[in-house]
Amino acid sequence: MTRSIDDLNSLHLDVLREIGNIGAGNAATSLSVMIQKKVDMKVPEVKIMDIGEVPGILGGEENLVSGIYFGMGGAVNGNIMVLMDIHSAKMLTSMLMGKSPDTIKFDEEVPLDDMDRSALQEIGNILSASYITSLASLTNLRIDLSPPSLCVDMAGAILSVPAIQFGEISDHVLMIENRLFDGNNEVTANFFLIPDENSFDTLLEALGVS
Amino acid sequence: MAELIKVGMADLKITKSPSVLTTLGLGSCVGIALYDLDIKLAGLAHIMLPDSTQIKNNANKAKFADTALEILLQELKKAGAQKSNIVAKIAGGAQMFSMDSQSDIMKIGTRNVLATKKLLEQYKIPLKAEDTGGNYGRTIEIYPDSGKLLVKAIGKGVREL
Repeated sequence: MTRSIDDLNSLHLDVLREIGNIGAGNAATSLSVMIQKKVDMKVPEVKIMDIGEVPGILGGEENLVSGIYFGMGGAVNGNIMVLMDIHSAKMLTSMLMGKSPDTIKFDEEVPLDDMDRSALQEIGNILSASYITSLASLTNLRIDLSPPSLCVDMAGAILSVPAIQFGEISDHVLMIENRLFDGNNEVTANFFLIPDENSFDTLLEALGVS
Repeated sequence: MAELIKVGMADLKITKSPSVLTTLGLGSCVGIALYDLDIKLAGLAHIMLPDSTQIKNNANKAKFADTALEILLQELKKAGAQKSNIVAKIAGGAQMFSMDSQSDIMKIGTRNVLATKKLLEQYKIPLKAEDTGGNYGRTIEIYPDSGKLLVKAIGKGVREL
């Protein structure tokens, strides 16, 4: 039997939340080492949402957001997307580059410069690699991650990519919301885990909750 | 006061002038606007996938180019449109992310556009204008009184088709 997001029960969600927890912990640690500052985190929230609801949490379909997209290979095929609002993207980029967030120009008229773009991709790398590492070690599966692809555009347009992929099997998406803190600065990074139809079963079986 | 009616993802609606139909943030999805200027009636569908027959989970008919177009035409005819007067404009079908491996799913924007055009041809509906492809998102508005299609993109301003 092939299952989809719609068949997840509370036990599955607990397991996914725990993976998100460990992943976020790893991510906070890696970021903290990189910027040589303390980075705190909140317990991540795992949400199953109707596709149509997702742009709302990012300020609407036309709001400028940043999406970093990865392919998964190995034992689990599919994609991961890290989605951040512009405030969070600016904060993280400035932390990594050691600049003040105000110096990062980033709006509808001025696109990101190349250095900031690659910093943002690197942040996406750290966040998703932390998450995938925790998923791989808990499942004993080998999961490879492709290089990142960055897109800064309307929330609706970026979200159409995971929505279409989920759309082939379900009308819902699986999202893990991570909140990180550096002092008073709060950033939110949303993960979308998009396993292929068959990989979803592989994951649940490996986690022992099938 | 003209009302702006929102069409969500995998959704379709029709309206008469002076109301305007809009769909926000089209990425790889395609916005299909059909209108009949004689009676100033327009319909808009926001489709996500090209073909309902390829997918098991196909209950939502507005999600697929083939079934959405069929329903949109039915609704326009029910509201008084003449099939011979109906023309189309389309927008969207972008590739938002570039990946090394060009898997089918990454080319979904192109596939959506091709499927839409092929269907319009089958139904013999003239395609008056299109703004498709590229790597950026679009918001569109269709005006039933003039058939004007506004396309907005971030950093690119507004285009009128």
